[in-house]
Amino acid sequence: MASRRKGLPEMTTTSTAIVIPPISLWRRIVDRAMTGVAVLTVILVLLPLGAIFAYLIYKGIGSINLAFLTQTPKPVGEPGGGMANAILGSATILAIASLMGVPLGIGAGIYLAEYGRNRYGDIVRFVSDVLNGVPSIVIGIVAYAIVVLRQKHFSALAGGVALAIMMVPTIARTTEQMLLLVPQAIREAAYGLGVSRWRTTLSITLRTATSGVITGVMLAFARVAGETAPLLFTAFGNQFWNWKLDQPTAALSLQIYTYALSPFDDWHRQAWAGSLVLIVLIVGAVSAVRIAVRRGTLAGA
Amino acid sequence: MGVGITVEQLNAYYGKTQALFDINLNVLANHATALIGPSGCGKSTFIRCLNRMHETIPDARVEGKVRIGDLAVYNGTSATQLRRRVGMVFQKPNPFPTMSIYDNVAAGLKLNGFRNRKQLDEIVEKSLHSSALWDEVKDSLHKKSGASLSGGQQQRLCIARALSVQPEVLLMDEPCSALDPISTGKIEDLIFQLKEQYTIVIVTHNMQQAARVAEFTGFFLLGKMIEFDKTEKVFTNPSDKRTEDYVTGRFG
Ligand SMILES: Nc1ncnc2c1ncn2[C@@H]1O[C@H](COP(=O)(O)OP(=O)(O)OP(=O)(O)O)[C@@H](O)[C@H]1O
Ligand SMILES: [Mg+2]
Repeated sequence: MASRRKGLPEMTTTSTAIVIPPISLWRRIVDRAMTGVAVLTVILVLLPLGAIFAYLIYKGIGSINLAFLTQTPKPVGEPGGGMANAILGSATILAIASLMGVPLGIGAGIYLAEYGRNRYGDIVRFVSDVLNGVPSIVIGIVAYAIVVLRQKHFSALAGGVALAIMMVPTIARTTEQMLLLVPQAIREAAYGLGVSRWRTTLSITLRTATSGVITGVMLAFARVAGETAPLLFTAFGNQFWNWKLDQPTAALSLQIYTYALSPFDDWHRQAWAGSLVLIVLIVGAVSAVRIAVRRGTLAGA
Repeated sequence: MGVGITVEQLNAYYGKTQALFDINLNVLANHATALIGPSGCGKSTFIRCLNRMHETIPDARVEGKVRIGDLAVYNGTSATQLRRRVGMVFQKPNPFPTMSIYDNVAAGLKLNGFRNRKQLDEIVEKSLHSSALWDEVKDSLHKKSGASLSGGQQQRLCIARALSVQPEVLLMDEPCSALDPISTGKIEDLIFQLKEQYTIVIVTHNMQQAARVAEFTGFFLLGKMIEFDKTEKVFTNPSDKRTEDYVTGRFG
């Protein structure tokens, strides 16, 4: 027996004693070093994020005022004006995109997880992964072809369709993954009570996976919220208020794009302000949903 | 009121491998019947054939006849209809994690379209009383989730949930295997009371438990039912040598 065990009563008598060596200095050094590396990588990941946010505030905050948030753009050369119509336009387009993309994506995810463990499911999975990799400008062209050409003009609807197409694969695959994480035992518990399969899927499995599914939805939402390319020839942009879904509509990202490329200093400042507003709105929307979900969650769930 | 179970020439398969061979069995109404046998001998598979849970596994298949009361299980009865009358308690407690304690117990009725709030309250309370959990959770019915309970409490919650739909038969697959002796004792007491209203089939690895709660015992080995008789006879004077070896602890 090693000396470390001196104070303890003898435990084994016949079998050979196992001597556990003390933790060596080298192992303690490695442990510390690894922890340090982990902390460092976290900082490296958060640093650019913090830097971007700080720079946006630095450049943009000065141009955010009541006029910026309530007025439409002024004609070229005239200083002042704002992006209120673009904020409304972005909200409209994103609402349309979410109304179409979220149910479709969740539905596809349910199919893949609960009914798609076969060849058809594999085809859907493959198509969805390919769709996820299609450049956003191409999605814009598709929406142009199926909505704009048919309606004969640019519209919020067309922009919404383009963004919805982009949301579907992300939501479908995360929903699938989250549903697959729900233990089979939970489904069996519902079956055992005489609950039908579709009812189990909707009321038990999906409900159990809610927080994960919402994360997927928010991820997709945040990703498309800042998209510019697919809106260029779908929503197109508009310098004035527009309340009609079938007319060209302004969007923050489009407005930022136009202003940033312009030769005017005032527009550059407004582009920075617009970027800051866009980021704040995305973060705000995602946090609001998270808080709402947490409110409805029970202790220990 | 409980009903009897008749099993004739039951064979069960997982894909190409056969897990049960020609099982024949008569379970008496309002009695507890225990199923014992070494690990992997097919006890769970058998009990899951009784409420058609076996067929939810991909490629799994059942042949043979099962009658529960007046229902022909594999002939003209829908699985959902059947399972409303044949409750099941699983080996591992499986409460619905995102639901409150109340909703866990009410789930079976709610999901089947039952809406009467007042009656629901009564049934939830009665079911929790029956499973000896009421006193421990009555103050946090709506506040705490089912997953926040201890393992033993979760299992009693699952029993309450199974009782809430007022089944005629209760299938229990090793309901105490994850529990401490005190919780186990509570559940055994419960089985004693439940026998008055339900027919109970219980799988257990604990032979003392089988002897304590069940009037009849079946011994399974490698997918076959070797012996089925009064519990006392199986444990003291079995007619098959293999049963004797198992109950006396010479193998298994
Ligand atoms: N999902 C499955 N797929 C394929 N084979 C399975 C499956 N479940 C069980 N089996 C096989 O069926 C046989 C019987 O298993 P079963 O679970 O019924 O045993 P058991 O008697 O309940 O064992 P235990 O006491 O360990 O719970 C085993 O040989 C097992 O390998
Ligand atoms: Mg088992």
